Amino acid sequence: MKKKQMPESIIINGKDITKMKISSGPVGQNATLGSRIFDVMNYLIVTLIALTTLFPFIYIISASFATEYEITTRPMFIIPQDVTLNAYKFIFSSNKILQGFRNSIFITVCGTAINLFFTVTMAYALSKKRLRGRNFFLNMVIISMFFSGGMIPGYIIIANVLNLKNTFWAVLLPGAISSYNLMIVKNFFQGIPQELEESAAIDGSTDIGILWKIVLPLSLPVLATFGLFYAVGHWNAYFGAMIYMTGAKEKWPLQVLLRELIILANGSAGDITNMDPEFIQPPEQSVKMAVIVVSTVPIMCVYPFLQKYFVKGVMVGALKG
Amino acid sequence: MTTKAIERRAIHGTGKQYWRRLGNEVRRDKWLYFLLLPGLIYFIVFKYLPMFGIVIAFENYVPFSGVLGSEWVGLKWFNSFFRFPAWLTYLKNTLILSLMNIVFFFPAPIILALLLNEMRKLRYKKLLQTFLYVPHFISIVIVVSITFVMFGPSGIVYKATQNLLGHAINYMGSPDTFRWMIIGQTIWKETGWGTIIFLAALTNVDTQLYEAAMVDGAGRLRRLWHITLPAIRSTIVLMLILRMGSMLDTGYDHLILMANPLNRSASQTLDVFVYQQGIQQGQFSYASAIGLMKSIVSVTLVLGSNKIAHLLGEQGLY
Repeated sequence: MKKKQMPESIIINGKDITKMKISSGPVGQNATLGSRIFDVMNYLIVTLIALTTLFPFIYIISASFATEYEITTRPMFIIPQDVTLNAYKFIFSSNKILQGFRNSIFITVCGTAINLFFTVTMAYALSKKRLRGRNFFLNMVIISMFFSGGMIPGYIIIANVLNLKNTFWAVLLPGAISSYNLMIVKNFFQGIPQELEESAAIDGSTDIGILWKIVLPLSLPVLATFGLFYAVGHWNAYFGAMIYMTGAKEKWPLQVLLRELIILANGSAGDITNMDPEFIQPPEQSVKMAVIVVSTVPIMCVYPFLQKYFVKGVMVGALKG
Repeated sequence: MTTKAIERRAIHGTGKQYWRRLGNEVRRDKWLYFLLLPGLIYFIVFKYLPMFGIVIAFENYVPFSGVLGSEWVGLKWFNSFFRFPAWLTYLKNTLILSLMNIVFFFPAPIILALLLNEMRKLRYKKLLQTFLYVPHFISIVIVVSITFVMFGPSGIVYKATQNLLGHAINYMGSPDTFRWMIIGQTIWKETGWGTIIFLAALTNVDTQLYEAAMVDGAGRLRRLWHITLPAIRSTIVLMLILRMGSMLDTGYDHLILMANPLNRSASQTLDVFVYQQGIQQGQFSYASAIGLMKSIVSVTLVLGSNKIAHLLGEQGLY
């Protein structure tokens, strides 16, 4: 496979920024001894930090393939002596964990679809400057970015007023729109040339038709980006499912199950009374590690795509303040 | 008549005309309003109703009577919190954790960004950044789970310290280690991600200053200290102000995973209190009152630190 090349040159203000030295050090022969020592130390330190960041992942992955005997008798290892798939076999034969996996996938897929629907429709309406009351609606969105009712009033609305406890709606609806994402999508829609939409309007399309036939096909990359971010959020969420699905364990996503399996099963935790009898006996170390691996794999699969977009996303946020 | 009304009349015409035009415009954009509707309902139900729901902090809220029908009790819950002898412990735990966060976590992304910025081998730098950003996308449950597996009684770190020190340290169930574990997890998870904003700020450094400093004989460290760091000072101040606003937020979703009866004396913060009182024990009004108090203090802190930033000659938040 051919490696992706760095861009040849990017010229800004007459300077080639790929060749510009942003670092404070001199280049090549001019470097003094002190400067070289500085460089060596710097590379060493940053490499060490990066390895420390990676180490837990490497250890968990390798230990998930190790035997229980090896984990308990030989605490320090990177590559296991006997490789076994027992932990994974146990996981994929446990109905509870498979069910959790299915629930997580369901919540992620439906949740992301709901997110995109709500975000796109509202962002499109708000992107039209001719809309009466637009400023009022925009202010409404912005105010909600700075003030919130807090944990308890939100809980009361969902659990007591709407009565959504123990349903999937309780985790799908409350985060349907991220105000921040909404504003970015709105700005993107505003940047689409008006002529395209006007020509469709002359042909007799309604606003919904224009959104569907012209705007959405042009915004696929943006939708993919925000879809990905929303999806990661759903996959990682646990708090909502934990507080709203207390009476419906069969609807628990993987993250809540993980909490019960690893954190509460540690014995030191408080609400042991809530625990499932199946897991009162703490599971084996290797099984815990394998569950961690399995629930992290989907994130790792989308990470390359995330990385492609996220720096841009953060920058946009930084510029908008 | 106010000037605004006169203006409106000049632009839109008088009374009847104005309303007719408004009607026409709304009718013309009916499909846009239709598209706006789902989002609007979402904001009203999930953002604005909870904001008004905060009145239960002044009521004796009973789910059966509803928010509007419950008895009004004024400041009862605020009084009972301050009469509750342990309230100082909650405040103390919250503030210690926040201060540790500012002292140990806050500088970490700045230092790492400065180090990354000094690297000139772009491809290698990019590779390291790829590694450093990963933990940000990992869920907090997994981070805590990994910690339990590695620092728990049969974990690798637990055994390593046992071999090195000759005695074990109960990392996961002791008030002495609790705060360090929380800070450590935060540093591991968010340092890499936190560098992005500082790296962006660093691209604005005027490179001519380096050349001038080099002529003056300043070494790498001096250049770093006198040129690079001042260049990102306003970004640092901005981030610090934002951090001040969440001084009382200790991250309940993180803390309740790490809290257990053994580390109780260190893990009880205001956030944990709100969760335990409100969600676990159903004392909705009491918990809302504490939550409201926290928000008020937070807003005050942001305004205060912004003011200080202005006095120091920085641009600040606004």
